[in-house]
Formats: sequence, structure tokens, C-alpha cells
Amino acid sequence: MGLRPAVRLCHLYPREMNIYADRGNIAVLHRRLAWRGFDLRVSESPPGERIRTGETDLFYLGGGQDRDQLGVAVDLQGHKAASVRSAAADGVAGLFVCGGYQLAGHEYRTVDGQAIGGIGALDVTTEADATRLVGNVEIESRLDTGRMRIFGYENHAGRSRLGPGSSPLGRVISGHGNNGEDRTEGALSGRFAGTYLHGPLLPKNPQLADWVLRLALEHRYGGKYELEPLDDHFEEAARRTAAALTARRRLAPRFRVRTR
Amino acid sequence: MIAVVRLAETVAGSAGALSRRLRLGGGTSIVGMVLNRLDPGAMERLAAETARRCVVLSGTNGKTTTARMLIACLAADGRSIAANTAGANLASGISAALLAAKRAGRRKDRNTGQETGRTGESVGVFEVDEAALNDIVRRLRPGLVLLMNLFRDQLDRYGELESVTERWVELAGSLPEDVTLLLNADDPALAFLGNGHPNTVLFGMADDHGNNRELSHAADTIRCRRCGEALSHDFVTVGHLGAWRCDSCGLHRPTPRFQASRVELRGFEGLSFSLLDSSGGRPEAFDVSVPIGGLPNAYNALAAASAARALGVPPETVSGALSQVDAAFGRSEQIFLQGRTLRLLLAKNPTGANENVRFVMSEESRLHVLILLNDRTADGRDPSWIWDVDYEPLLDRLDSLTLGGRRCWELALRFRYAGAPHDSFSVHERLPDALDDALSATPEGGTLWILPTYTAMLELRSELVRRGVAREFWETA
Repeated sequence: MGLRPAVRLCHLYPREMNIYADRGNIAVLHRRLAWRGFDLRVSESPPGERIRTGETDLFYLGGGQDRDQLGVAVDLQGHKAASVRSAAADGVAGLFVCGGYQLAGHEYRTVDGQAIGGIGALDVTTEADATRLVGNVEIESRLDTGRMRIFGYENHAGRSRLGPGSSPLGRVISGHGNNGEDRTEGALSGRFAGTYLHGPLLPKNPQLADWVLRLALEHRYGGKYELEPLDDHFEEAARRTAAALTARRRLAPRFRVRTR
Repeated sequence: MIAVVRLAETVAGSAGALSRRLRLGGGTSIVGMVLNRLDPGAMERLAAETARRCVVLSGTNGKTTTARMLIACLAADGRSIAANTAGANLASGISAALLAAKRAGRRKDRNTGQETGRTGESVGVFEVDEAALNDIVRRLRPGLVLLMNLFRDQLDRYGELESVTERWVELAGSLPEDVTLLLNADDPALAFLGNGHPNTVLFGMADDHGNNRELSHAADTIRCRRCGEALSHDFVTVGHLGAWRCDSCGLHRPTPRFQASRVELRGFEGLSFSLLDSSGGRPEAFDVSVPIGGLPNAYNALAAASAARALGVPPETVSGALSQVDAAFGRSEQIFLQGRTLRLLLAKNPTGANENVRFVMSEESRLHVLILLNDRTADGRDPSWIWDVDYEPLLDRLDSLTLGGRRCWELALRFRYAGAPHDSFSVHERLPDALDDALSATPEGGTLWILPTYTAMLELRSELVRRGVAREFWETA
């Protein structure tokens, strides 16, 4: 069993940060590797535990509620933030979704004005607003492997702004994105990617899933990795449905949901 | 002024009749929408006129069924009832129900199906949307507020679970002293909502009747509301509900006044338990049996029986009424079609869907299943939640699996990444096709388990009405 090549995933705070079905993303990473003869070895990193950075190829951090995010942020400042930053400098890959994306940046400021410190691996700062940005999203992304459309769902009170150290993951075709204003969505720095898109993110975006896996494999084994294509016709059908939803949304006026 | 009010009520009533005539729907919401628009004070006025003491109940899961059970108890006690039994649980549905009760007078009421010609005290029973609760309690001024559970559900609409909880804390703090606040002690998010409210009554499970469940992946309130540490459980029932305690700060589930003990689940046939009432010096117990199955319905029956007791309905009346109650449309409903038995189990959030999967697996060893996923407002626009449902244990037990609904391909991906091969299930974008395919995969005499979201359930029932085997929901409610 252990002889197959493997990607070592460090899942940060899986109990605390899982509000938008983040385990769907993990399932996609696991299956798309398995179908190609690779293993995914997942280690969970709960509060209070140190990260073994030398044994990680890929970090994952999902979404949580403000209350959970606060608790996690306190734990991050112990050792983890510094460990994750140094791993990033060593070429470890990372995928940060929704609340996890906010925590991967420098700071998240809640509606009450409380500042939550983040990992600082993405050049992003986020400030919460009283209104949430909610709905189906489509973005266009130009990654090193080519252009792709990414579909998902967003639901966030935070407005994120990028500094010069990160580029956006994509340009908003439909939806709100980072802040509802500058048409950017997500952030990229080296092998770290952050995004507000869930749904979950990876099942409908197999090209993005493979891009993340390639980065992780390149960290583990060096060189360039080509992953053999898979039968993604369910994925294509789900993308057609998602595209129809965002196309309809482009025609309709945008709305915001007030929650308090 | 009175003429204007009359006119508003007449116009609104006609809109409902027109909606039914045109087969647009039950007309239960349009009446209220027209009425609230023409006469914004209508709900307050009608509540004062029609229901002197009303009950408002809310929670993520079980609202419609619990309301139905409570109505049965109160009707058996001879009270006349205004209720939004068609599940229209926003301001419009409640105004419509109040108006219907008023107009029905002593006739049999078409919306509630209840005989209103009774001489007993009149009561309102209203199920209310979690987000609309504060506003509606303020306007209706109920005598009893029943809060059942809070699970992650429709995050796209409600925002975070935490913000719903905070609104409910505000509500509990603003209730007049004489209002009875009936809370589920097994939900750590609700158990202490009544702190400081003198008239708080709790209900919960006495034990886990040997089920040894564990917290599911999708369990929501797993941290102590006082100190934030992880909670431990003596037993777990549904989702994160159970006998919880915090080993860090010592906070624990308070002992409920109403407890269900010796819960016995008899599958689709129903369930029973002994209800202990520990109020006063001398505890009393009586048996409750309902012909609707599944552990969540034990909570619904416990909540309804506790509310009925708190409203003074005698134990034997509660027992008798609950033994006769039938399921609300689409919830544990059974329909016969082409020699097959169709069993409908509604769910639109992970906790509900997990319970349905568990229930189906306890019923039969080999299964034919049709799952329908829609993404309209009442379903939740965001279909992410299906990834928090534990469908995996189903895979080894399926003889056939059919997927349908507007987001059928999301379901297809859910099963693909659960490990089901492409050709092990079929997917149909059109509902009649999905139904036909699932029927043909189910042998004659067999059971087809249908697990729809809310609007998919409505569409499925319309399709069944077209095929002449089901009645419209406003006729069954």
C-alpha cells in the first residue's frame, strides 16, 4: 500500500472550519489522485498541535463561522502561522477557501471592529461589512496551465483587498468576488491559492483540482508533473448547469442580503 | 375604517380563491401578501380577534409535523384553531391563516381542515420561519413560544447559524414574564436561552434507548456556549442533540421537565415512548404513540405533547390525539403507483438528510432510491450541503439509484466522489423522466424511497397529482 507515490495533505482545523462542505474538496483530491495511482495521506491539524512542515506537500483550510474563526486565529498565532509561512517559502502548495482564505491573509476585521490576525501567506486584508455577498459566481482564471472558468457559490460578509504581493485568482464574470467592487476574485502567491468560492469548489472545477494536485506533486517529487485526463462528463454537465445559472444572474440586477 | 378593513380582507380572500382556481397553488400565501399590503396592521388585529392565546413554534427541522401534532391535541381538547398548516411560515402565511379562521366562522375551514364550530376556547398554532420569528412573535404576542432545534440550513439565506442563535437570544430576553418559553434542552444552542426568563420549560430525551450514536460530521453546535471548549456527550440523538456537558467549565444539559424515556422505533409504522412530567412534587408518566416513524419524529411528538400539557390538555387526550395523527405532505408520506409503494422523505439540510439515510437503511436491506435536488429559495440556493450528508453507507445497499432535480449533476458528482462508478446510477434533468426511470428500476410490489428537497417534493407531488395518485397539498393539509 505505502509504495504508491503520495501527496501529503495537512488539513488545518477540520472540525472548526468546515461550514461549506469542505470535505467535498478533500474527497475530490483523494479520488483524482487514486484514479491515477497515487495516494492522498491526510493529517489533521487541530488546535494545539504543531505542524510537521517537513512532511507536508499541501495545506487545506476551509470555511467557518466568525465565532470558530476567532478561536482558530488565536491558535494560529501560537506556532502555526509562522510554520505555514515558512512552508510556503519552501514551495509547499496551499488551498484556502472562504473563511480559510480570509485567515490566509494578514488580517480579518469583524463588524465589531475586532482584528483577527491571519497567517500572512497571501497579501490580502479583509474587513467585514454588515451585508453579505451571496450567490452563484463565475470567474475567469489564467493559470500557468492555461485559461479556465471556475464556478462556485459565495457567501461572505468580508470585503478582501489585495496588496502587490498577490495576484487575483481570477476576474469576476458573474457574482461579487473579493469585495463586489474591483471585479477580482481570490488570491495567488506562489503555490498558495485562496478563494471565496465554495459549492464545494473542486468537484465542479476538475481543472483547478488537477492544478492544485500538480503543484503538490511537484513539491513532493520535483520536476513537472502531467496528470492523465479522466472521464469528467458529470463535471462538464454540472458546469453547464452552473454556467446557465451565472448567465441568468448576469442579466438580473445584483442583490445583497442583509442579515442583521 | 371598518369598511376599508373589510374590503382588504375580501380582496385578499378573492386573490386566494383565484389562485386555486387558476391552479397556481394553494393560495395560502397570496391571500396574506395582498392582505398585509392593503392593511399592514392586519396580523396584529386578526390575532387579537381570532386567537386569544396562540402558540408560535420554530426550529430548523420538524416545524410542520410538530404543529400538526399539537393541533391534533388541541382539537381533541375541543378548542377551535387558527393555523398555517400548509407550511406557509412567513408573515403572509400567518395573516392568511388568521383571516381564513375568521371568515370560516362556524363552517369547516378549508385551509386548516379543522372543525371550527366548536364552543371551546380558540387558539392559534403557527409554525414560523427561523429568521422571521422575532418579528412575528412581536406582532402575534403568543402565550407560548416553542423552540425545537437549530441546524445548519440555507446558509445562503440565514447567514451563519450563529446569527440566528443571537437573534433568538434577543427574543428570549424580550419576552413578557407570563409567556411560556418551551425549549429543547438537548440542543446546547437553545438549552440556556431562557436564562433569566421565569417561565421557561424544558423537554429532552431521558436516554438514548441503546442506540449508541456518535456525533456526525455535520454536527453543528459542538462547543460550549459559555467557555468555547469542545462538548462531551453521555449520548447523542439527532445531529448535535443529546445529553451534552462541558468538561472544561462544568456547564451541562439542565434536567428537562418533560422527558421521553423508553423510546421505541418501529420503522415506517411509527414510534412510542413514555413521557415523564417531573413538575411539582409528584412526577407523572403517560404513554405516547405516533404512527409516524424515525427518531426526529420522537422529538416532534415530545415537543407537541409537552406544549399541549403546558396548555392544560389532559394526558389521555394528548395520547389519544397523537395516536391518530398522520404525516404532513411529503414527510413520511406513502403513495401507491403502478404496483409500487412510493415513500417520500423530505430533507433540505444535512441533519435531515442524514436521518433519512439512516431511516431508509433501517427499513430494508436492499434499496431502490430516487434523490431529487432543487436549488430554489425554499431548498437553499447553494447545494453545498449535500457534501455534508453521509450517503456513503448507502452505496453497498442499493439495487437502484436515480438522481434528479435542477441540480441533479451536483448529486451525480457527490456519488461519483463517494466512489460510485459512472454507470451505477442514472441521472435525469426532467422530473417525469427521473420518476419513470426509478419506477421501472423498482420491481412490482417493491418500495421506491424518494428523498426530495422542498420544492422538488412539491413538483413531484404535482406530477403524482397529474398521474391521479395524490391530492394537492392544500387539500391534504
